[in-house]
Amino acid sequence: MNEPSLVIRKFSDLANPTRFLALVARVWPWMAGMTICLFALGLYLAFATVGDYQQGDTVRIMYVHVPAAWLSMMGYSVMAVSALGTLVWRHPLADVSARAAAPIGACFTFVALVTGSLWGKPMWGTWWVWDARLTSVFVLFLMYLGLIALNRAMDDPTRAAKVGAVLILVGFINIPIIKFSVEWWNTLHQPASVIRLDGPTIDAEFLRPLLVMAAAFTLLFLTLHALAMRNEILRRRIAVLRRHAARAAGRPGGAA
Amino acid sequence: MSHAFYVAVSYAATFATVAGLVLWVWLDHRARRRELEQLEAAGVRRRSARPAAKSGGQP
Repeated sequence: MNEPSLVIRKFSDLANPTRFLALVARVWPWMAGMTICLFALGLYLAFATVGDYQQGDTVRIMYVHVPAAWLSMMGYSVMAVSALGTLVWRHPLADVSARAAAPIGACFTFVALVTGSLWGKPMWGTWWVWDARLTSVFVLFLMYLGLIALNRAMDDPTRAAKVGAVLILVGFINIPIIKFSVEWWNTLHQPASVIRLDGPTIDAEFLRPLLVMAAAFTLLFLTLHALAMRNEILRRRIAVLRRHAARAAGRPGGAA
Repeated sequence: MSHAFYVAVSYAATFATVAGLVLWVWLDHRARRRELEQLEAAGVRRRSARPAAKSGGQP
């Protein structure tokens, strides 16, 4: 069998929630273990490296702020791909993925906003400014909350999946705005210093812990996302079982 | 306030948020498993989990 068809087959296999649950049960302890190891290494590097010559110790806030900010955008991107999965490919787990990613993405966006504010006060002299980067990330946070509220407000899961997917895709316009806000507008927030076409401008002393922490945060996101998807599948199974039980109880002489 | 204060509060806020997220995922899983077990105990099962029905005329 050639390689692409094998990949497609594996992807289709995962469309079966039971197979997905079995896969999650097998891999999550390894993912969690690797996440803990990466965090241990990342935190050691974060506090073993020297402080910045201008910022002093506050540079260490970067090791939680920047990965959280990356994940706030990655979380929304995962939701956008899932939304495409719902609308275009009608993958059975796409909506499960989008729903599971929303609270996790919202939490990382919250961390990015709070740690950014805590970094801003000693460095900029203010907790908050309404510049393009900060405002667009705040809008992202509100969008996460709006999507979570929408998911909970609608009873019909199929309709909620479609409406949610369309809204997610419309809201995706905010992601390039966040990324390029520091270049398009004059902001107090600094421009990109890691993901740049001409390579990182940050010293290796700070880049090493930052990349390890980014890997740890990303693995944490993937682990929590897989486990939250498992919970969402169970929630849907329970809803279906309750519906069947209610229908059976309504039939004359019917039992559960 | 010293720089160490801002660093400590940043790490504490991150830890608290991540811990809350992990706790929510764990408690949610526990609650859903319990709910499924209660439904199964009440005799409500998924079709695939029910004992196979006797097959009809096909040999």
